[in-house]
Amino acid sequence: MKDTEKKPLQKVCLICAKGTIEDVYATLVMANGAVMEGIETKVFFTFFGLDGITKKFMNHLHTGVVGNPAMRMPGGLPFPTLLGTIPGVESGVSAMMRSQMGKLDIPSVSEFLEMITAGGGEIFACKLAVDMFKLKKEDLSDEVKDIITIGQFYELADGDRTQIIFT
Amino acid sequence: MEDLTINGQVVKLNDDGYLVDASQWTKDVAKLLAERDDIELTEEHFKVLEYLRDKYNSGEALSIRKVGNSGVVDIKGLYRLFPGGPLKLSSKYAGICKPTSCV
Repeated sequence: MKDTEKKPLQKVCLICAKGTIEDVYATLVMANGAVMEGIETKVFFTFFGLDGITKKFMNHLHTGVVGNPAMRMPGGLPFPTLLGTIPGVESGVSAMMRSQMGKLDIPSVSEFLEMITAGGGEIFACKLAVDMFKLKKEDLSDEVKDIITIGQFYELADGDRTQIIFT
Repeated sequence: MEDLTINGQVVKLNDDGYLVDASQWTKDVAKLLAERDDIELTEEHFKVLEYLRDKYNSGEALSIRKVGNSGVVDIKGLYRLFPGGPLKLSSKYAGICKPTSCV
């Protein structure tokens, strides 16, 4: 007989290594979604992904306007790469994108982090990257549980229904 | 999923265990649905359910963020009341559709 028993995920460990709006939000939506499904959730921010949990930057993330073929003007025309090189354009486009997200009731990064920890999810910063960028624990969001090594993160990823997702 | 029978009345459920017809909802239906998940509903739970039903009836899309900002309960409280499925379980007991929000 075919085994049809469902084996739902019990734990997801997400790694965010990039700091654009879309990279950080992909991680946050997946993490919060997992918490809402009752799945144990650990999130590890490293390298430029640290911007997503750094107090100074987390609510002002940018999206890439140069070398981003999916970037379009309002109305759908391609966004010329040269336009993206003009100072202020990236900020403006990013602010527009954040405001669009706000209209859809998508929370800010800091609020998202609070939602994840309120549901029992845990947020970690990568020690190597924190040292590299000369950050301190107090520079990071209060929702960050600890600064840990990748080895410690793997230890957290135990259990046979666990997935590690690199966004 | 099999239907519920309460006080001789049959309440139809869909495959996910949500009410097919939201107008069949009563407090007893909510209690019975929650009991099947080993959750005993208190006044605190019912405040959330009433909020959800109210918003649902006025056609508003629900998210845990909205419930958390409603003043009825904060997000931490929502997870405490409905462990493992703050929006999914509360929507089920409130007799409304399975939530479609990603947030």
